[in-house]
Amino acid sequence: MAITVRIPTPLQRLTNGQGEVSCDGKTVTELLGDLERRYPGIKERICDPQGKLRRFVNVFVNEEDIRFLQGDQTAVKDGDEVSIIPAIAGGSYSGHVTV
Amino acid sequence: MTLSKEQILRYGRQLILPEIGVAGQQQLTHAAVLIIGAGGLGSPAAFYLAAAGVGTIGIIDPESVALSNLHRQILHTTEAVGSPKARSAQARLEALNPHVTVIPIQERLSAANAADILDAYDVVVDGSDNFSTRYLVNDAAVLLGKPLIHGGVVHFGGQVMTILPRQGACFRCVFPEPPPAGSIPSCQEAGVVGAVAGILGSLMAHETLKVLLGLGEPVVDRLFMFDGMTSRVRDVPVRRNTQCAVCGEQPTIRTLMELEPLCAGTA
Repeated sequence: MAITVRIPTPLQRLTNGQGEVSCDGKTVTELLGDLERRYPGIKERICDPQGKLRRFVNVFVNEEDIRFLQGDQTAVKDGDEVSIIPAIAGGSYSGHVTV
Repeated sequence: MTLSKEQILRYGRQLILPEIGVAGQQQLTHAAVLIIGAGGLGSPAAFYLAAAGVGTIGIIDPESVALSNLHRQILHTTEAVGSPKARSAQARLEALNPHVTVIPIQERLSAANAADILDAYDVVVDGSDNFSTRYLVNDAAVLLGKPLIHGGVVHFGGQVMTILPRQGACFRCVFPEPPPAGSIPSCQEAGVVGAVAGILGSLMAHETLKVLLGLGEPVVDRLFMFDGMTSRVRDVPVRRNTQCAVCGEQPTIRTLMELEPLCAGTA
């Protein structure tokens, strides 16, 4: 048994198209470290160079936003479901460029 | 105002729903909705709102129709390539429903004009394609107290969230800051499936109608997500953030400002 991590559409290219992957760790930080080991390059899309969660990305543990728990030190355990949810801009209004 | 025989026939299938009825239809007739962007989300949203009989639809888009828009931006036809999107949208919506007053706004939404433009409408539908506009629209809607239907779509998926300012979470409560320039793929690289934009854009129209009519439970304090690869939908609870820069207890945003465009120069 492991922790299920839900990968948002824009990052699924880094997980070979998988929308759900399994990872391990005792905290969200450890979990994201394990995610990076399995799918190199994904962590920089979620965390800034200092390792802090980017302000336009949210992580939910069992449907609770970790900002309202213990942030990246929020504990996780086998069987938990963790969702990574970024803000999405697309909608095709060309405010600045022609898409 | 009473409904004409033609209107009773036109709207008959929604008029017979007791949740809508003649009173609801009259409410829609008197409603004004602003759609930001006549694009992949704005197209289906505008079509369904016009079809449902929303009396006034403003549609703001500064761009012209391009051939590469047509696989998803169903308001526009091949013939309209090269013409302003706001005008193309007006022609299609008026052809669908001549009872609707369509106001084309061929401008870029900016910190200077956002409050004046939004103020004339009851609900705002955000189908913009860049974070600069999204945060501007959110802040303007919160400061003016206008319900905002937020939607985003990329690749095979998307999100929808209905924002009732100061009653539920706003976009900034959930995503406090936009990505810094260069940290995300450029708009051109992203790619999107037309029908997926249609699903999310239709939901945005539906949420708009619910807010206008006070029906059911809008997607307030929830972030709705659609994954087109599995065709699964789910939502996660979100909540107002007391630290929110625009609707928190000590807001730092009291007037509108604009972010640097993230995709400028990549066209």
